[in-house]
Amino acid sequence: MTGQADASQVPALEMRGITKIYPGVVANDGITIDVRPGEIHALLGENGAGKTTLMNVLYGLARPNEGQILLDGQPVEIADPADAIRRGITMVHQHFMLVPVFSVAENVVLGDETMANPVFVDRREANRRIAELARRFGFDLDPNEKVGNLSVGQQQRVEILKALYREAKILVLDEPTAVLTPQETEQIFVLLRRLAEDGRSIIFISHKLYEVLEIADRITVIRRGRVIGERRPGETSEEDLAELMVGREVELTVDRGESHVAGPMLRVAGVRVLGDRGREIIPSLDLEIRAGEVLGIAGVAGNGQDELVQALIGLRPFAAGTVTLDGHDVTGYSPRQMNEAGVGYVPGDRHRYGMISAFPIYDNLVLTSYYRAPYARGLLRDDAAILRAAQEKVERFDIRTPTVTANAGTLSGGNQQKLVVAREFDRPLKLLVLDQPTRGLDVGSIEFIHHQILAQRDVGAAVLLVSAELDEIMEMSDRIGVMYRGRIVATLDGRTADKSEVGLLMATGASDRARAEGATA
Amino acid sequence: MAGIPTFLDSLPAIGYVFQFIGYVLANLPVIAQTTVAVAVPITLAAMTGVMCERSGVVNIGLEGIMLIAAFVGWAVGAAAVGFVPAATTPIFGITPALLIGLAAAILAGMAVSLLHAWLSISLRVDQIISGTIINIGAAGLTGYLNNLISRQSPTGAGNFAPLQVPASVANVPLVGWLINALFDQGPIGITTLILVVVFQIMLFRSRWGLRTRAAGEHPRAAETVGIDVIWLRYRNVVLSGALAALGGAWLSMEQTNSFQPNMTAGRGFIGLAAMIVGRWTPVGAFGAALLFSSATALSSAIVIGPPSGGLGTFLGSVPSQFWDALPYLITIIVLAGLIGRSIAPAADGQPYERESAT
Repeated sequence: MTGQADASQVPALEMRGITKIYPGVVANDGITIDVRPGEIHALLGENGAGKTTLMNVLYGLARPNEGQILLDGQPVEIADPADAIRRGITMVHQHFMLVPVFSVAENVVLGDETMANPVFVDRREANRRIAELARRFGFDLDPNEKVGNLSVGQQQRVEILKALYREAKILVLDEPTAVLTPQETEQIFVLLRRLAEDGRSIIFISHKLYEVLEIADRITVIRRGRVIGERRPGETSEEDLAELMVGREVELTVDRGESHVAGPMLRVAGVRVLGDRGREIIPSLDLEIRAGEVLGIAGVAGNGQDELVQALIGLRPFAAGTVTLDGHDVTGYSPRQMNEAGVGYVPGDRHRYGMISAFPIYDNLVLTSYYRAPYARGLLRDDAAILRAAQEKVERFDIRTPTVTANAGTLSGGNQQKLVVAREFDRPLKLLVLDQPTRGLDVGSIEFIHHQILAQRDVGAAVLLVSAELDEIMEMSDRIGVMYRGRIVATLDGRTADKSEVGLLMATGASDRARAEGATA
Repeated sequence: MAGIPTFLDSLPAIGYVFQFIGYVLANLPVIAQTTVAVAVPITLAAMTGVMCERSGVVNIGLEGIMLIAAFVGWAVGAAAVGFVPAATTPIFGITPALLIGLAAAILAGMAVSLLHAWLSISLRVDQIISGTIINIGAAGLTGYLNNLISRQSPTGAGNFAPLQVPASVANVPLVGWLINALFDQGPIGITTLILVVVFQIMLFRSRWGLRTRAAGEHPRAAETVGIDVIWLRYRNVVLSGALAALGGAWLSMEQTNSFQPNMTAGRGFIGLAAMIVGRWTPVGAFGAALLFSSATALSSAIVIGPPSGGLGTFLGSVPSQFWDALPYLITIIVLAGLIGRSIAPAADGQPYERESAT
């Protein structure tokens, strides 16, 4: 057990019988949970299970239809986020709520400024308070640094600093490790334990089972708006938790089977790619993927992965270099030419790149092929054929929707991604470019998407898998390339690679071993 | 050999350049004073834009807001002349009627801004459309009402007078010229100079400024730390209407004592350009406004007292439309050079929708 949590204590927070009904959906159905001082309580559930709604109720962003919230045993009404903050509740959102152009200090004090007088902010005093908090909890942060210049891990510490500055007693962390390297995750865990020892209560929302088992004192599993079970880490397992979460047995690590690697399919030689403002993002990059092979690209977001993917699917020009696909030079092909050459693409940001939310499902399913037979006859679309094909794909890919005429935006995240997969995978592919294909999806959908990817691999496609989720890379890849500042700094065997070594390469561009060698050289 | 005649041919042109520089220097006191004066409404428009856009609301309707304020200030002042005593203060030439007109102009500006705030913040109408509606409506409405009123050919309430800088100070080269340029202005002009400094400090040092900038950069982050983004944007947009109104009132109550249809003549839009060139800061916007207005000041100096000789003939032969267009040409050139380097607030122009707060 961490901290001083003790079953006899009055809970710092108790939510009793919370019910929240949105039109047509019961998001929370009589949920009861509590957190004691000094306790780390994990909230586990699939997307759409009701975790976010419950936390919105706690944070004053949604008013419950039924139920009660008690703080230190006293019933309270939480009117809005400002009220929640006053009562000592703060939330660290999955997507950081930080202003990139503001300094660390400005971000921390915003909304609860340290004032010199009724009008002006006392920046010196604010900096002093922040520096003191940072020292006490072992942060390494300069209050005057712009947040936009910080790494993701440091930004998260700014978020936690915001909570500490407000003297938060209850901290809610929504998927805090989703974007961190293993080392950063370990650091954040140390910090969370220290906060718990300090007597604070922590609600830790996650879907990473092993992390929950490592950090939590208690785990509550939510499914379809109800509490399904409560466990202590010592008396449960990943399999048990996954089953509680999904409601059926789940394959946690996909059985990737044997890869049958054939000859080279994609060859990228001396490629140079520029960023949006003409800055050189990828100076010179070579890579090769063989047919039937999965190459995983690991890396902290913003090291050139986006630019590489965009260039490969034809969205961004190559400033230099050549790309060969199955023996043909495809350098400079447009997205449509790449598509016709047999390149499939599944983006993580499906709303921006994968689909058109305001279009019906059947239109989204033909976005790459609407202009040719069998979906078009001359200049006109063949709606009957499009609808027939849509119906068939919705069934085959298990896209859960009442009708194919519904807008794609009305689907859940997992079903939206299945829609993209259904469109991209439904033909023989030579190259499959996957950019964080399971971002934000729940374990059930991840399982499905992973099986589809492996099926493509097995029929001979070369697969490029870019992901910030190191677990996904480790599970799926035959080879792992680590990308750092626009270069592949190391290529490792996917079945023998060591996770912490990959993490170190991601964070620093060099492994311990490489650094030791560098030191002797 | 061909090089020498070409060079000789170009000698008169080089002479003209020197003569032109000398001409500008000789007329610097007048040009500088006019530059500051012409910059006043542009600066006020730009600060209106800064106040709105820093909080996340695009306001291209400020041209219309200025026009309405110019009209209301003049018309209400003219109407009030008969009812109030005609006392005049020794400096600025302030009369009760002028003050009433100015107050009415400010209220009118804030009222129209409230309309823009309601359309763009509450109804989440496209902010460009909302601004365009205001501009078109303002031109039509003020033109029509002006027609009605001018049939009675009212005597106006007069106008504010500039501060008289003593000749002993104003004639001191450079320093005196500068003091004269800055302070040989009416009350609205002087207020504008003070507002530039105050607004700059407030935006970057005060709580209001911090929260305003947060609302314009990342409104959801502001909301999660308990800031009411909707209310903040409303306040800023309505308050900014007072700045635009001062700009309008300057036209009809300080520079002149009359209202002309469409008398803002694009100053609101030039103000928006000054805002962009000035990187959304009050001091930067003022600097940009000075750059634009210096073109106007130079051209008016040339029209009033052209230089002598060939240069005067040449400049006199330049069509007046060129001088009218010069500030706009400078605007286009400066803006083109700034593309990608002047970065707008991240959430500028995006309506904010609260998270399912039900």
